[in-house]
Amino acid sequence: MNASTTLVYDGSFNGFLTAVFVAFDEKINVADIQKNNQSQNGLFSETETVFTNVEKAKRVWNGIRNKSHNAISNVYFAFLSEAEGVEMMLYNYIQKLMRTKNGKYLDYSDSTVLHIAQLAKKVGREKHRMEAFVRFQLTKDEIYFANIEPDFDVLPLISKHFRDRYADQKWLIYDVRRKYGIYYDLDHVEMVSLNLKDIHHNKTVKSDAFTNEEYEYQTLWNDYFKSTNIASRINPKLHKQHVPKRYWKYLSEKKVTA
Amino acid sequence: MNFERIREKLNILADAAKYDVSCASSGSDRSNKNNGLGNASKMGICHTYTADGRCVSLLKILLTNHCIFDCAYCVTRKSNDVPRAAFKVQEVVDLTINFYRRNYIEGLFLSSGIFKSPDHTMERLVAVAKKLREEENFNGYIHLKSIPGASDELMYQAGLYADRLSVNIEVPTVSGLKLLAPDKKHEDFTKPMEKVKNEIVRYTTERKIIKSTPKYAPAGQSTQMIVGASGESDKDIMYSASYYYKTYNMKRVYYSGYVPVTHDSRLPAIGSKVPMLRENRLYQTDWLLRFYGFSVGELLNTQHPNLDMDVDPKLSWALRNLHHFPVDVNSADKHLLARIPGIGMQSVYKIIKARKFRKLNWDHLKKIGVALNRAQYFMVCDSRLWERRDMDAEKIKGMILQTSSGKFRNQYSTQLSLFN
Repeated sequence: MNASTTLVYDGSFNGFLTAVFVAFDEKINVADIQKNNQSQNGLFSETETVFTNVEKAKRVWNGIRNKSHNAISNVYFAFLSEAEGVEMMLYNYIQKLMRTKNGKYLDYSDSTVLHIAQLAKKVGREKHRMEAFVRFQLTKDEIYFANIEPDFDVLPLISKHFRDRYADQKWLIYDVRRKYGIYYDLDHVEMVSLNLKDIHHNKTVKSDAFTNEEYEYQTLWNDYFKSTNIASRINPKLHKQHVPKRYWKYLSEKKVTA
Repeated sequence: MNFERIREKLNILADAAKYDVSCASSGSDRSNKNNGLGNASKMGICHTYTADGRCVSLLKILLTNHCIFDCAYCVTRKSNDVPRAAFKVQEVVDLTINFYRRNYIEGLFLSSGIFKSPDHTMERLVAVAKKLREEENFNGYIHLKSIPGASDELMYQAGLYADRLSVNIEVPTVSGLKLLAPDKKHEDFTKPMEKVKNEIVRYTTERKIIKSTPKYAPAGQSTQMIVGASGESDKDIMYSASYYYKTYNMKRVYYSGYVPVTHDSRLPAIGSKVPMLRENRLYQTDWLLRFYGFSVGELLNTQHPNLDMDVDPKLSWALRNLHHFPVDVNSADKHLLARIPGIGMQSVYKIIKARKFRKLNWDHLKKIGVALNRAQYFMVCDSRLWERRDMDAEKIKGMILQTSSGKFRNQYSTQLSLFN
């Protein structure tokens, strides 16, 4: 039996795909695939560092996509879940996919396949939530700005939605947890990282970064949110199920007003 | 903009509009034109939810709550003593655009009390939509209310700017309508529906030949009925719902448990409970009709004019039709699978895909997400363990109720409570 090897990659999706390429190419008996900042040496395995190579990554991407478009989006979505051990799970998934003819990604009776599909679904749900729960605030230099703190790394997934929708305004969505954002300058979207002094959640104290009008509209929205509720049908449990508490601090309608 | 004044108006006019349940923003895929503002998302997005758990995806307001009609069930009826207000066209446009830019909403849902005449009112609604589309280059979702009695010409224009049009029938039966809204005629409701349906049909046929045919109400039309206001049975409601689905190609019929808003001897008194469980059962039935291939006569008929409150309508149907079961999940076709209680359409899809690879057993089904506590009595799978006892419907129902819990259980439970 070959000695097993732990592959270490740089944490990017391309890096992961390169690792998959290397594993297939060199017929490595993979013990684990780990991000370089959290790698642990196994007792009985060697460690090999993989350098991201876009060409190789692309070949894996195309290989999976040729099997099925659905499978490649499952792989990408599940990867963004950042779940512990997802790399190895995905590696198994890709192996299974390549070993069989078409349609393996639909075998929901296989636990790896079902798990990846469910993970992808979770990330998809978070993506959809972020498309809903982003609340822009207009800054004095005319940028619509929003802070988010999603469970999964969904910024790359929502960028198209916001680009298509808000094509005539500058906007910036910043992920507080992962410390990077996406910025649209009326022409294209780019990734930015900035040094934020403070995090703009729905504080009652007005920040001078934003226009006065901004707070007027927040008040109107707050009022609207309250008057559209039907008191005799109140159902806090259902409400919390749809709008889980962890998102409240960035929702302006959830601002506690005096 | 005078924010104080707008704030007052918004409070009055949003409050009056909230009894319209529809807040759907799905079904339209209008794309962003010339780098303008907005697009419509095919699946719709709920941007937040009210404390009563309903989706907020549109800015839902009335243009005005002045009204010349006096319908008993309506909060803005002429004889009700409430503060009145009216928006200017430009004010609605500004509010919509500024809410939209902050990602609060998917678009606008504009309704109105009827002032002067139906046509006069409809004209204003159309003016708002037109301004949004043509002056602001707004491509988000617009839902306009068709005012009962509006002319065909205005309905045609409305459809050119709006994604969805709706007219609320409110009272499911013609006799109920006579009792509660004596000023309105049944034809006033159906005439705009008929026009919109015909225009949609015309649009879809013409579009096949000329690709540039202007869009007409791409998200179709919908209507709403209030439940529990005029003593109709579930059968009355669902039969008229399926009539509207069929006759006018409705995208949706909404059921709204009546919230008492007025003292009127013809209606439930203020403070009586909103029939939420009944509303829930009606929606379940609606889903069975639209997605599960049931016909309305199977679920509701003269022997069963009302839905069971303690079990869902599919389970209730299955218990009355035990001769169809058990179904083998490894061989049954899609329609039969969809009829097993505890198996939803998502599970049906997964089962059909998964069983091509191997025969499915209880374990697989559980992981896929089937509600086995109900399904186990109605199916067999790749396992020697299945329900062999010959049980009658009452027995099965009892077993299911014993092993499950329901949030409405206390409302219909006949068991005496110990502590109150």
